Amino acid sequence: MEVLDPALLRRLLRAKDRMDAASHEDWPVRRLARVSNVSEAHFARSFKQAFGVPPHRYLLTRRIERATALLRDTDRSITEIAFETGWRSLGTFGRTFRDVTGENPGAVRERARASAPSLARVPACHVSAAHRPHLTTAVSEKRRHGPDDMIPSHQQED
Amino acid sequence: MSQGVDVIGLYVRDQDEALAFYVEKLGFRVHTDVKNGNYRWLTVQHPDQPSFQLGLFVPGPPVHDAATAETLHAVVAKGAMPPLVLAVDDCQASYEQMSARGVEFTQEPVKRYGSVDAGFRDPSGNGWKMIEARR
Repeated sequence: MEVLDPALLRRLLRAKDRMDAASHEDWPVRRLARVSNVSEAHFARSFKQAFGVPPHRYLLTRRIERATALLRDTDRSITEIAFETGWRSLGTFGRTFRDVTGENPGAVRERARASAPSLARVPACHVSAAHRPHLTTAVSEKRRHGPDDMIPSHQQED
Repeated sequence: MSQGVDVIGLYVRDQDEALAFYVEKLGFRVHTDVKNGNYRWLTVQHPDQPSFQLGLFVPGPPVHDAATAETLHAVVAKGAMPPLVLAVDDCQASYEQMSARGVEFTQEPVKRYGSVDAGFRDPSGNGWKMIEARR
């Protein structure tokens, strides 16, 4: 593969930086090509050659990354997060999210909260608290079935 | 202190351009600027940090063959070199001052849990985070 001119790469980096800084904005090729001072015809191909992914795909990935962080760290609804990260429809957001991560936004939120209960900003106590009753119920039931509440059942079996 | 890290080098596309950037826009001072034929050993220093030098080196002969130099130039221009961090007392004030001098910011100052950080690049593409630590 031909190596791109470093001066062009530096200008393409500028377009990538701009998408990083404002991934919720619209970045049509025309706008990106202007940032990089490259013709629209050359922009997408050069960008992909430089960074390994087409510009549009790169933007979607950054949006999903940001949405994932918001799902994890905030209480905002999935709809709010979708609009905040640059999508115009919830359907497109959900589809793209599944396409990129293989999961639904809701599932990612549930898992992130369940697996990181120590994060102070995440109201994960709700999630973990929901699991706790199963455990205590199981233990107390076991005890209730045993002849003595104070003696664990496995000692009885010995 | 007599032991420790003394110099860390960056690759830049042009040493004159880099020198102007780090000295005039960031306020660094030249520590050493010595030429030997094609080779130029150039280091700068933060005024508050006399024990550390930042080297500004251009990939190329006599250290690199042409193909290696070309690869290094491309990696720098793509912003793929490792992150650099500049500690500042007041991120917002430094941001305003440096913006006025024409520094290319990639991220405006953002507050995160008490610290403030911004991002900028040198002309070659090296990416810096500028961080005001939590006090």
